[in-house]
Amino acid sequence: MKTFKSLALASLAIVITGGMMMTSCGGSGTASKADSTAGKSGDDNTLLGAGATFPNPLYSKMFSEYDKANGQKVNYQSIGSGGGIQQLTSKTVDFGASDAPLNGKQDSALPAPAIHIPITAGAVVLSYNIPDMKDTLKLTPDVLAKIFLGEIKKWNDPKIMAVNKGVKLPATDILVAHRSDGSGTSNIFTTYLSKVSTDWESKVGKGSSVNWPVGLGGKGNEGVAGSIKQTPGAIGYVELAYAIQNNMAFAKIQNKAGNFITPSIASITAAANITIPGDAKVSLTNTDATDGYPISGLTWILVYKEQKYDNRTQDKAIKMLKMIQWMIHDGQQYCAPLNYAPLSANAVAIGDAQLKSVTYDGKPVLQ
Amino acid sequence: MSVHVKYRIGKSRVFQGLTILLSVACVVPLLFILVYIIQAGITKINWHFLTNLPKPVGESGGGIANALLGSIIIIALASVIAIPFGILCGIYLSENKKSKLAYWSRLCVDILQGVPSIVIGIVAYFWLVKPTGSFSALSGSVALAIMMLPIVVRSTEETLLLLPDSLKEAAYALGMPFHRVILKVILPCGISGILSGVMLSIARITGETAPLLFTAFGNPYLSTNILKPMQSLPLLIFNYATSPYNDWHDLAWGASCILLIWVLTLNIITKLITRKWKVQL
Amino acid sequence: MKDTVDNDLITRPDANSGRVIKSKKDPEAVSTTKRLKRSHRQIKAENIFRRTLTVVGWATVVLVAGIFVTLVLQSILSIKTSGFGYLWGKTWDPVRDIFGVYPFLLGTLLTSFLALFISIPFSFAVAIFLGEYFPKGWVPNLLKNTVELIAAVPSVIYGFWGLAVLVPIVRSFESKIGAEPIGLGIFTSSLILAVMIIPYAASLGRSMIQMVPSNLKEAAYSLGATRWEVIRSVILPYTRSGLFAGIMLSLGRALGETMAVTMVIGNTSLIPKSIFSPGNTMASVIANEFTEADHPVYLSALIELGLVLFVVTVVINMIGKQLIKGVTTN
Repeated sequence: MKTFKSLALASLAIVITGGMMMTSCGGSGTASKADSTAGKSGDDNTLLGAGATFPNPLYSKMFSEYDKANGQKVNYQSIGSGGGIQQLTSKTVDFGASDAPLNGKQDSALPAPAIHIPITAGAVVLSYNIPDMKDTLKLTPDVLAKIFLGEIKKWNDPKIMAVNKGVKLPATDILVAHRSDGSGTSNIFTTYLSKVSTDWESKVGKGSSVNWPVGLGGKGNEGVAGSIKQTPGAIGYVELAYAIQNNMAFAKIQNKAGNFITPSIASITAAANITIPGDAKVSLTNTDATDGYPISGLTWILVYKEQKYDNRTQDKAIKMLKMIQWMIHDGQQYCAPLNYAPLSANAVAIGDAQLKSVTYDGKPVLQ
Repeated sequence: MSVHVKYRIGKSRVFQGLTILLSVACVVPLLFILVYIIQAGITKINWHFLTNLPKPVGESGGGIANALLGSIIIIALASVIAIPFGILCGIYLSENKKSKLAYWSRLCVDILQGVPSIVIGIVAYFWLVKPTGSFSALSGSVALAIMMLPIVVRSTEETLLLLPDSLKEAAYALGMPFHRVILKVILPCGISGILSGVMLSIARITGETAPLLFTAFGNPYLSTNILKPMQSLPLLIFNYATSPYNDWHDLAWGASCILLIWVLTLNIITKLITRKWKVQL
Repeated sequence: MKDTVDNDLITRPDANSGRVIKSKKDPEAVSTTKRLKRSHRQIKAENIFRRTLTVVGWATVVLVAGIFVTLVLQSILSIKTSGFGYLWGKTWDPVRDIFGVYPFLLGTLLTSFLALFISIPFSFAVAIFLGEYFPKGWVPNLLKNTVELIAAVPSVIYGFWGLAVLVPIVRSFESKIGAEPIGLGIFTSSLILAVMIIPYAASLGRSMIQMVPSNLKEAAYSLGATRWEVIRSVILPYTRSGLFAGIMLSLGRALGETMAVTMVIGNTSLIPKSIFSPGNTMASVIANEFTEADHPVYLSALIELGLVLFVVTVVINMIGKQLIKGVTTN
């Protein structure tokens, strides 16, 4: 009896402390309606976003500039695209960010419909370490998929030689390096491979973390880059910005039109210069554009279409949408210096249309 | 015979040499790490670095003021939660050695020590962040407090067990009630041992990233509101070290250096305390 | 509870006697009621204090039970989808929702036991060095403190160091012995883990060795035993279970270690072929994939992995606890 009493007391104590924390959190947070409209501290004005790590450097630059110009603070945390979608689903953030458009499963998990606004495009490059090779390596989609499937094992494989005529390739083993942490970079790359190779599509598929048939994983860009730099015969994929910053060699990839394209801001923008559907959910990989780099991808910000949920104020909705509008117009000037590709004109138009479709209590927020 | 004795003495010498060699070899990796981190980080640290906010990529300079302040607040809050609770639990365990509840409680404390930090982060997320709908420094502190708890409990319990029973008996003989014996006699005697346990636990949680990822969340601005997201040193290192830009790597190296110095200083102070009061842990 | 009253008089004599003199009625009677009241208060305070201690004791149990229940609740989805196949399934394929953790279980056990195997000579050497050869003086003191500092360095810093320093060394070693020269892998992470867990077994071992009664050792010396013979035939047998408990502590630490391992293990979900091949541990999978888990079943599978890890550490802890209990009762 006595132990039971103590047990009850202990559980009660924990629950009460928990409860007190919740209510106090709710006080200045979002749970209680009265407080959030009445007491407004500086912190409450900060917009909260979470998601993709891929555009994080760009976002931090944009948000810093936006704060300087408009006095609106934005707290963006790069916890990963999956994390961003999860947090948007549980409504702990104002906006989510993702490197991949929502798929059917994720859409159905959301409590309300969300819209995609494209912000920028980036590229994944194939970096390699072949000692004594002066020329730039060229790769076709087929060869690339076979290397990552483990079917091509040596650098002097006839299939690689056929693409790189007149280049002397060593007889060393190919070591594949990939990202181990789930990442948007992996997602863009595997989406591309799934599009160009039916074998890859059926055996591995696309996603942020897939079951890699060969190779070893490194944590983050530098994990992969470390493997490539230190191991002769290695090939792996990293972000364009990372490869440029660290003077890494990267391959030219053959695109759908048959041209071998060097990844650059121009070739990514070219890849993005295609007709974009009204919901902006489009993959740039394996682009139709003749001079577009095939392994590029858009990155999106996700917001709920109906902004009146929980106890959000119209004011906050307006602030957030204005901020996103700024990102796809004035903010675009910060893309190129950081090796991200600015949006094409039609992508901006789609983004604008998407923003205007956002409502508060059924009425459009932006006029 | 003498050959045999010589052989035995020789064998003993060889073993002694081997022991010394292996013992000294243990220190080598630590020295390597210290030199490596301090070399990479020390040049980045200056007053500007400590008092400014991080700059976005492409602008040089920038500091880690938000992470420093955030770390201090989150750790202080975690201490406020974990230390009283941990000390009380330690007292309970040392006073009730044989009871069934003490057995289970001790086991639970041991288990807590072994739970991977990311799992604690997940649990704190489901307990605090999801129901309130908001990331907060407080939820991060709770996660860290759970990690501090086992060390505080164990050090309290072990220190109190080391105190001679005669001390307690003398106090009881004077007619002091139980709570005053504990609070006025036993605790002050064991304070240095408990203090070193507290310091060790703080040193341990200072470097934790995983439990903060989904709780304290991070914040690029200075923030003192514990009900809102807040930056911390390990989070900053984690985010900036994995970015592709050298400016941010510099920030990460400087921050790692500070973190290492912080943790080692705490440990060394602890050692000094234990030596001064001659406590064995 | 008469003692309590007296005690109170001793601690606050001035206040008491002053009052007693002022109220000139019946000093004896007044002071008795006051004493009774005070003693009642003391008993009450004492009871509250005892109650609080018990509540705190229960609270730890409730806390751990709460963590367990939360993990179970969050992994129900995965348990329903994967069933028992989860534990010995050989494929981990988030894209197709196939979750089998066998490669990670294997990776965790391989790295932990290999690390234990490497670290034991070192930690025992430290324990013997400090416990037997040189128990006093500034050199051993420095060594003791330095070894304890090894446990203080944040694990993410070990990871960075391993990536930058250890991996190239292991790679050249691998190319010499003819293994695939990758550098990252189970062997490298075992090396790092070995360094990290040295202090745990060393400090417990040291205190165990110091506890060996000196008359046992002296008896052996008087029979003409050398230092080594005393260590082998007296100290080691005497401290056997204590040393084993230290190993268990180290093992528990090695199993749950996350960041350092994640950075150097190579992270593939394939079943490791040798100790030089890359692999994954349960903790490293959680750390790598948790942030990008984008659908509920996947997230749930990762949380179930946390649950498995939790259960494994509980079991290892139980074993270690039983051992230490055996030592202390002897």
